Formats: sequence, structure tokens, C-alpha cells
Amino acid sequence: MNAVLAIDTSSNWGFALSIMPILLRGLIVTVAAAGLGFAIALVIGLLFAILRRSSSRLITWPLVCFLEFVRDTPLLIQLFFLYYVLPGYGIRLPAFLTGAAAIGLQYGAYMAEIYRAGIEAIGRGQWEASVALNLGRRSVYRDVIIPQAIPRIIPALGNCLVSILKETPILYTVSVLEMLNYAIIIGDRTYQYTIPLTLAGALMLFVTTICAYLVRWIELIVPRRGIALR
Amino acid sequence: MSQTVAYFEYLIVGAKATALVGVVAYLLAIVFGFAAGIARAEKIPVANTVAFVYVEIFRGTSLLVQLFWIYYSLPLLGVSISPLMAGCLGIGLNSGAYASEIVRGALLSIPAAQLEAAAALDLSRNQTLWKIVIPQAVREMAPPLGNLSIAILKDTALVSMISIADIAFRAQQLRTFTYDSSRIYGVSLAIYFAMALVLLAMGRMAEYYAKPRYLRTWLLRRKVAQ
Repeated sequence: MNAVLAIDTSSNWGFALSIMPILLRGLIVTVAAAGLGFAIALVIGLLFAILRRSSSRLITWPLVCFLEFVRDTPLLIQLFFLYYVLPGYGIRLPAFLTGAAAIGLQYGAYMAEIYRAGIEAIGRGQWEASVALNLGRRSVYRDVIIPQAIPRIIPALGNCLVSILKETPILYTVSVLEMLNYAIIIGDRTYQYTIPLTLAGALMLFVTTICAYLVRWIELIVPRRGIALR
Repeated sequence: MSQTVAYFEYLIVGAKATALVGVVAYLLAIVFGFAAGIARAEKIPVANTVAFVYVEIFRGTSLLVQLFWIYYSLPLLGVSISPLMAGCLGIGLNSGAYASEIVRGALLSIPAAQLEAAAALDLSRNQTLWKIVIPQAVREMAPPLGNLSIAILKDTALVSMISIADIAFRAQQLRTFTYDSSRIYGVSLAIYFAMALVLLAMGRMAEYYAKPRYLRTWLLRRKVAQ
């Protein structure tokens, strides 16, 4: 914490006002971690979803078990697993990146289901028409299926984003300096936990509400017919 | 291998705390969920607003922040609460907010014709709710409420942060002794997954028994008994 940011404990409002810049600094880290986690989840979710549609049982069975495992076990333990085990294999990531990776992995497993539902919602006729037009497998996905699936999956992906935002305070447990961590540090130093924690909660509520509205707005502007990828 | 067994024996003790917090939190979530869900679906004055604020606050903020708030702030505000109660209450309130949306959605999914028929039979509002709407809505609620139990199991790992000796807490303890992270957390994950599979099976069973014919025979049997 910066020396410039003196904490004023004389009055409740003064206290709240003086710790606000510190919490906002933490909020930036929280939002950045959530954004990175969401981006990772988007990519590996799609990867999982496409592998899941493979015709070989040798690929789909282990994958289905793995995804079920990732979905049904606590993020906290997965985070600890990555945080403490990866360095043993020579992969040394900062806590921030490990946290984003853990979030990305868990939500990637969720998103695989979302993508799958989105892809399966596309009518059989589209597949048959693609075959009739002699399109290659890659081209079918890129030009026909995924563009139409996008508007259908956006609401569910938006919910994922909001959930991820609410999960990021878990990064506090691997000592990432995000909002909750700052709030606890302030509490430890001033013996006043109520105000920092309430403010942290209020800021969280503010961000998730904005995010929810943003998602609804995106739902509105995305054309129902789909988005061409090129 | 024997090391892994030793870890398992140490960690499984924590499963008791995990299960206790999970079960109590789930029961609380059902109570809060039904209370808030009915208040919102039935648009009961005042209760509707209270439920709306409750749901928005608990769904809009992070569980960890809520747990710390209950754990650190309630004592400062003069309410003494044990870590175990704080954990159960935190997860119960948080999941209750999610459960209320499930309950509300299920109640609102009952076709209007059912309500009209109930009105035609001169049933009171309470009778309509408890004898017509809820028995049918339970069918809709069963699958998502089953999923909620797994979500709660996953959430219980966070109570290790407020010093409850659950699986996650004991895993942390073990790690500081042995630094054998991969096996400790591997075993912990396996225990959580086994518990989740049990919940999954129980959820499937609940869905099966929530099916209409079972409800009907159950109600009939009760009537005969009376």
C-alpha cells in the first residue's frame, strides 16, 4: 500500500472515503483476472466442445469424465492444486495467472456444455445442406454452424462472465492482491472489518450489475441470424 | 501408496465437517429459497421487496466476501457467531438466493388454466398454492435443486478460509507438514468428486420420485391412511 494513501480512521465516512482508492485499485486486479479467466474459458471451452464431438470413443470418454470431474470439484482445491503442483513440474506462473488459469479451466468445462448445446441446437438441415454443397469439415463449422450458434449461446456465456466475476475473490487465497485481499489487510491493520468488507461487497455488486446490463445489451445488438466470421 | 492411504485417512476426517456444513447449508437454502421464491412469485406486499433485495445482494456479490462479512463483521456488530454457524449461514443465504430463482421460475411455469380451475373450485389462495401449484412445481424444481446440492458441496471448500476443519482445511494443514502437494490435493479432489457422485445419484433419484405418478400415488396413499 502506498504511503500517499493515508487511512483516516477518525470517522466512519472519512474511513470509507480514504480506503476507497485502495479498494478500487484491487477492483482493477479483480476485473482483470476475471477478464483473463473468461478469455481462457472461451478458448478452452470451444476446444473441449469440438474434441467432445470427435467420432473416436478413445477421445470422448476420457474427456467426458475429465469435464465432469472438473465441474464437480471445488474451484478452491483446483486452484491450490495448480498453484502448488505446477511449480514442481517446472511451470512457474505468477499467482495471478495461476488463478486465471484455474478459473478458465473450471468455466471452460461449463462452457463446453454451452457450446455443445448451441451447436446441437442448429437444425439438421443446415448440416445436410453443407454436405450437399460439398463444404469441408472446417468450413462447415466456421461458415455455417458457429456463426448461427453465437447468438444462441451469448446469454449463457454472459451468465458465465458474471459468475466468474463473483468467483475471482478466491484469488485472495493464493495471495493475489485483489479487492478482497486489500479489504482484509485494511481490516487487519485498523481492526475495522465491517466498512472495508461492506464496501468490497458493494463494489462487487456494482460491477456485476453493470456486467449483467452489458450482457443484455450485447444480446440485443447481436443479430438473431448470426455473425459471419469472415 | 501407503503414503496416499495415510493422506486419505487424514483428509476423510474433514469430510465430516464438509458434509455437516453442506447439509445444514442445503436445508437453509431450501428454506430461504422457498420463502423468497414464494414471496416473489405470489407478489406478497413488503415480503416481495425484501426478497428482491435479498436475492439481488446475495446473487450479486461473491460468496467469499459474504462469508468474511458474516465471520468478521457480525461479531463487531455485537452478534456472536461460531465459525461453523457463520459458514452454514453464509452458504445457506447465498445458495438460498439462487434457490429462490429456481422456486420462482417453477411456480410461474404452472399454466394459468390450473389457477383458473382452482378459482372455479373456490379454493383459497393458500389452498391453490399448497395443493395445486407447489405439488406440480416440485417436478420442475427437482433437477435444478439437485444441481444446487453439488454447487453447495463445491462452495463448502470456502469455509476452510474461516477456520472450519473441512477437507480443504486439512489439506492445507497436511501441505504445510509434508509439501507433497500433488498427492494431497489429488486425494482431496477425489474425495470431493466421490461426494459429488453420491449427490448426483441422489439427485437422479429425487427427480425420479418427483415424477407425477409417484406424487399421485403418494397423495392417494395418504388420503387412504386418513
